[in-house]
Amino acid sequence: MNLFVLVWNYLKAKPLNTVLNLILLALGIAVITLLLVFNNQLQSNITKNGRGIDLVVGAKGSPMQLILCNIFHVDFPTGNIKLNEAEKIAKNRLVNQAIPLALGDSYAGYRIIGTNKDYVQLYDLKINAGKFWSKPLEVTIGSYVAQTAGLKLGDTFASSHGMTEGGHSHDEHLFTVVGILEPSASVTDNLIFTSIESVWIMHEEHEEGEEEEHHHHHDTASIVNPSKLVSSVSANDSTHEVTSLLIEYRSPMGAVQMPRFVNAQSTLQAASPAFETARLFSILGVGVDVLMGFAYLLIFISSLSIFIALYNSLKERRYDLAIMRSMGASRLKILVTVFTESIWLTLAGSILGIVVGHAVIYALIAFLPELQKTGFSAFIIYQEEWILLAGSLLLGCVCAILPAWQAYKTNISEVLAKN
Amino acid sequence: MIESQSVSFQYPGDKTIAFQDFSIKKGEHTLLLGESGSGKTTLLHLISGLLRGYKGSIHFLQKELNTLSESQLDQFRAQHIGFIFQKNHLISALTTEQNLLLSPYLAAKKSDKERIHYLLNRLGLEKKRKANVKTLSQGQAQRVAIARALVNQPAVLFADEPTSALDDKNCDVVIDLLLEMANESQATLIMATHDQRVKNKISKQIILNS
Repeated sequence: MNLFVLVWNYLKAKPLNTVLNLILLALGIAVITLLLVFNNQLQSNITKNGRGIDLVVGAKGSPMQLILCNIFHVDFPTGNIKLNEAEKIAKNRLVNQAIPLALGDSYAGYRIIGTNKDYVQLYDLKINAGKFWSKPLEVTIGSYVAQTAGLKLGDTFASSHGMTEGGHSHDEHLFTVVGILEPSASVTDNLIFTSIESVWIMHEEHEEGEEEEHHHHHDTASIVNPSKLVSSVSANDSTHEVTSLLIEYRSPMGAVQMPRFVNAQSTLQAASPAFETARLFSILGVGVDVLMGFAYLLIFISSLSIFIALYNSLKERRYDLAIMRSMGASRLKILVTVFTESIWLTLAGSILGIVVGHAVIYALIAFLPELQKTGFSAFIIYQEEWILLAGSLLLGCVCAILPAWQAYKTNISEVLAKN
Repeated sequence: MIESQSVSFQYPGDKTIAFQDFSIKKGEHTLLLGESGSGKTTLLHLISGLLRGYKGSIHFLQKELNTLSESQLDQFRAQHIGFIFQKNHLISALTTEQNLLLSPYLAAKKSDKERIHYLLNRLGLEKKRKANVKTLSQGQAQRVAIARALVNQPAVLFADEPTSALDDKNCDVVIDLLLEMANESQATLIMATHDQRVKNKISKQIILNS
């Protein structure tokens, strides 16, 4: 016999009460854990995906959309911008690096990104098999794409127009897989990379017949003054388009001047990833706050329920306690017993809640492909969860204070004499 | 072993009750006889250290109980005293064996499995070892209560009205068993009762008048 056997038997003697209290508390803690993990992973995902990018320049439209589309690759492009206008921005002295992106096609729901090798450096992409794209129509695919779309080195596929499955397919040209990336747990796992020229080739078919002579950009030898962004065409080319530029400033001055400079151009707009994601979080934050409030309400109700259960059971147990005292149990021992019972409940409830929270995330990841793409994991334990456990310990103490004090003050002789 | 001199006790905000002087030697089983309201439970609680704040002096194993603090009294009870109450009152959340194991745990003593095993056998409870005490018959429950009181081998075994709810036959059985077990454990039995049926069983009697 020891403290824990005694407490466990008392809890076991009232299974319905015990289970109800556990479930109530676990539910509240599970909701908090869920929000905690999602919030943390979303934030770290966003920082990871947005690192090194100070500004995104694209066609006019919603700045949020520009960020979502060009950094997180979830929304649709705002439109395209002329290459010569993009060059003007790239040549600005405040710009350290400008990486062009050309979007528009996808395969099996995965986006095809036309870009150059600077992007590889920016995201620190590593090759797992094969090589990086170099010639037009060569692609290097993200690890998750390889895994789920079943693409291997040397496979060919036709892209479809648009960002979702089932768009018009570009059957005239086939992409060839020349490389597969290492997993990076960022959005790049779900992307297909190729050169900007490849994207142009795919889309020229629409204009074929009208401007047949456009094929001249394949002929690199003829270019005297190559574009800073796409070396296969000459500078100041107004016939080609890109979707956006990812910009890194040369100095903090850029943050002051560049957005204004870009937005002054009639067709361009600039969006700051830091600002837009902060805005996104403040919008999401309302929903998160409501859920958090709900979770705290659950926890409050469960602690009330634990308190009432303890209080009532101790009323029934007054005689038990008096008997125990008559057998020589000190008041301290009785006090510790009551506290242990309460803490056992709250601690078990929170551990259960945390486990359930992670299990729900695991299930969500397993069943929602969208979540798999984001690289969410159910197996990361956050510091805040330890705080939750410590908090539940405290909660257990608070719930037990009054009942324990009553037990402590019990007049043994009176209880035994009343019988 | 126990000497009481000019002991009186005042119920909070109520009358004061005075007790006659008496002394009980080791091994001298004693009855505290009296009608209900005569204060025998109060006296039992006073000399067993469950109730504090009396006037006069009670010496128990050379200790004046009034000088002991609440926690010293707890220790004193743990060391020297076993109790049997009218309704047995076992801890219903536990099994028979766990109820017995509770005694050394609460008294902060090492649990003596052999002693518990012996008592269970001796009282015919071996088969009920793992049974929840709620499933026991009244007789079985009473035997568990006796075993529980004796686990720690107390010097004194206090019993408060152990027979009041029993019929004649069972009354006899229980008193005999109590005496037998007390002798076997070398404990002095002190029993408070108004039950006239036990008068002939124990010769040393302290009679309280209301």
